[in-house]
Amino acid sequence: MKTQLPLETQVDQNGRYGRFGGRFVPETLMYALNELESAFREAIADPAFHEELRTLLEEYSGRPTPLTYAQRLTEYVGGARLFLKREDLNHTGAHKINNTLGQALLAKRMGKKKLIAETGAGQHGVASATVAALLGMECKVFMGEEDVRRQQLNVFRMELLGAEVVPVRSGTRTLKDATSEAIRHWVTHVEDTFYMIGSVVGPHPYPEMVRTFQRVIGDEARAQFLYREHRLPDHVVACVGGGSNAIGMFAAFLADRDVQLHGVEAAGHGLSTGRHAATLSKGKPGVLHGSFSYLLQDEHGQVIPAHSISAGLDYPGVGPEHAHLKESGRVRYTSVTDEEALDAVRLLCRTEGILPALESAHAVAEAVRLARTLPREQTVLICLSGRGDKDVETIRAEEAKRR
Amino acid sequence: MTVIEQALRKPSEVRLIPFLVAGDPDPETTLDLLRLLDEEGVAVVELGVPYSDPLADGPVIQEAATRALSHGMNLSRVLALAKTAREQGVRVPLVLFSYVNPLIQMGFDRFAKTAREAGIDGVIVPDLPVEENEALRTACADHGLDAIPLVAPTSRERVRMIAGQAQGFVYCVSSLGTTGVRDGFSRDVDAFLEEVRRVSPVPTAIGFGISRPEHVRRFSRHADAVVVGSALVRLIGERREALQNPAKREQALAEIRAFVRELKTE
Ligand SMILES: Cc1ncc(COP(=O)(O)O)c(C=O)c1O
Repeated sequence: MKTQLPLETQVDQNGRYGRFGGRFVPETLMYALNELESAFREAIADPAFHEELRTLLEEYSGRPTPLTYAQRLTEYVGGARLFLKREDLNHTGAHKINNTLGQALLAKRMGKKKLIAETGAGQHGVASATVAALLGMECKVFMGEEDVRRQQLNVFRMELLGAEVVPVRSGTRTLKDATSEAIRHWVTHVEDTFYMIGSVVGPHPYPEMVRTFQRVIGDEARAQFLYREHRLPDHVVACVGGGSNAIGMFAAFLADRDVQLHGVEAAGHGLSTGRHAATLSKGKPGVLHGSFSYLLQDEHGQVIPAHSISAGLDYPGVGPEHAHLKESGRVRYTSVTDEEALDAVRLLCRTEGILPALESAHAVAEAVRLARTLPREQTVLICLSGRGDKDVETIRAEEAKRR
Repeated sequence: MTVIEQALRKPSEVRLIPFLVAGDPDPETTLDLLRLLDEEGVAVVELGVPYSDPLADGPVIQEAATRALSHGMNLSRVLALAKTAREQGVRVPLVLFSYVNPLIQMGFDRFAKTAREAGIDGVIVPDLPVEENEALRTACADHGLDAIPLVAPTSRERVRMIAGQAQGFVYCVSSLGTTGVRDGFSRDVDAFLEEVRRVSPVPTAIGFGISRPEHVRRFSRHADAVVVGSALVRLIGERREALQNPAKREQALAEIRAFVRELKTE
């Protein structure tokens, strides 16, 4: 199956979505990016590659993931009907595995045996370590020292899977710095190393490539929704860190003009506090990690650290396609605070017996807010990007604070 | 011929391009160091604008940038610093080394105009490959700044295209990786440098990892100039307490001067 992108977001030959995107990297990497782009184009035109990826997605990760009608949540909210796309039921617990399977197969095709990745919460790191083990490759994961401390369990999981976790001590010691360090490592080892980026960020062709591998979320959800409801959803909601689960979901609906799309960023302590990760709401266009997009930065162009209770949304940048979708008005971007996300965790647990990842809880919170304002015959589809097992310690500590 | 090209065509065996992180350990010291380098007759000075996410730099320069940033250094202040240096009589050509985002925020045109007025002669932007640099090149051309491109050993068939639009000089990256001291260099570097030289209409300089007088002499045979960054930045970093202590400052500056002299010795 060849997926066709709607024209208005078709990336141009320089990797631009409107004025966003591009390749702002050291010259040393340009050859590697060109090489990656050709390999990617060849792979997605090759039925054998699709077949191999499809088999792994089905037989290893457990796709297709279900579409769940959230009946008790809907009754509790008392507005539009709410549906969940269950990326939490993937192997390793989040949508990240879709992308790492795709990129690792590409690395294998290119004859590269060494994988590197960056990670914040550890979800992309665990997914990378997992596929490296599966395909017999070496894997190094760069992780900010602060995140290493906060996410001990995921560090242990990665090590158990045979990956080396490299603590990053520069800057804020979080995802932003882990990404910078991974790029610096790649500059040094570009000839034998494949860099697996975990979201639709980074230089061209990464945003396009990761989108292609995540599009399976939206394609499945759209077909499942049509089959079940005989029509399309009225609203689709997804959380936005770098933006890969959101793009994966939105991609299938961009051409359906009647479907309203909502991207939810992390408002942390609140948009006015300066302690948030709401890049599209509060940032300005600039360059981070190889691409021109929205960015949290000061007036001199220095990057400002982000804050969110969910490590996966705690990033001062965002994918360039989202910047374009914001400016073109096709997607509405909004934000949800730490508190609201925590409330949504509890709500989904109690009504549906589903513990969402803190990231996904941002989407749930916005969907509930939206559904309340809508009539009963309308529908809202939520991308439940991952499960909350990884966040239990954080949630417990927050509950203890509240008491 | 621009002043940078002239400086790199002057007859001499060793043409040195030292690199400083502006504002490390403090702006006053950077001014003293600029005067010192001018007196020592270096060919060009590269002045680094500290940045929060320097993708092309190793730990030494990254830490120096972090120190400078913690003292509130920013692009406008670096330009003001250059202007002061010129007012104090510093004559050596100055090249600004900056990541692209601070330039975008200032606006390319305003940047190029302010930089020129401050006495800056050229600009190197390590995260702006030729595919993305047209707007900056136009702004530079409008205000008479040289836009200096980088080529890497991985550039392969791109070398000709990059050198073809170079102004001032072509900055050749010695080896894969970020800035930082290296123990050795592959033999292939010499052939790479000769190839760039063959296709480049402007002089060539080599940088990344060059730290010792013998490196400088070796590469002076294959490039018109040699950039020494991390080794100098590390020395300044190691002496930063002395540099900020009036009783020890002169001694520290003398040590830095001796290091530069040794690098420049033929
Ligand atoms: C469960 C989950 N959802 C969402 C995200 C945010 O990433 P993205 O915006 O790329 O989907 C992460 C990142 O770690 C995650 O683990």
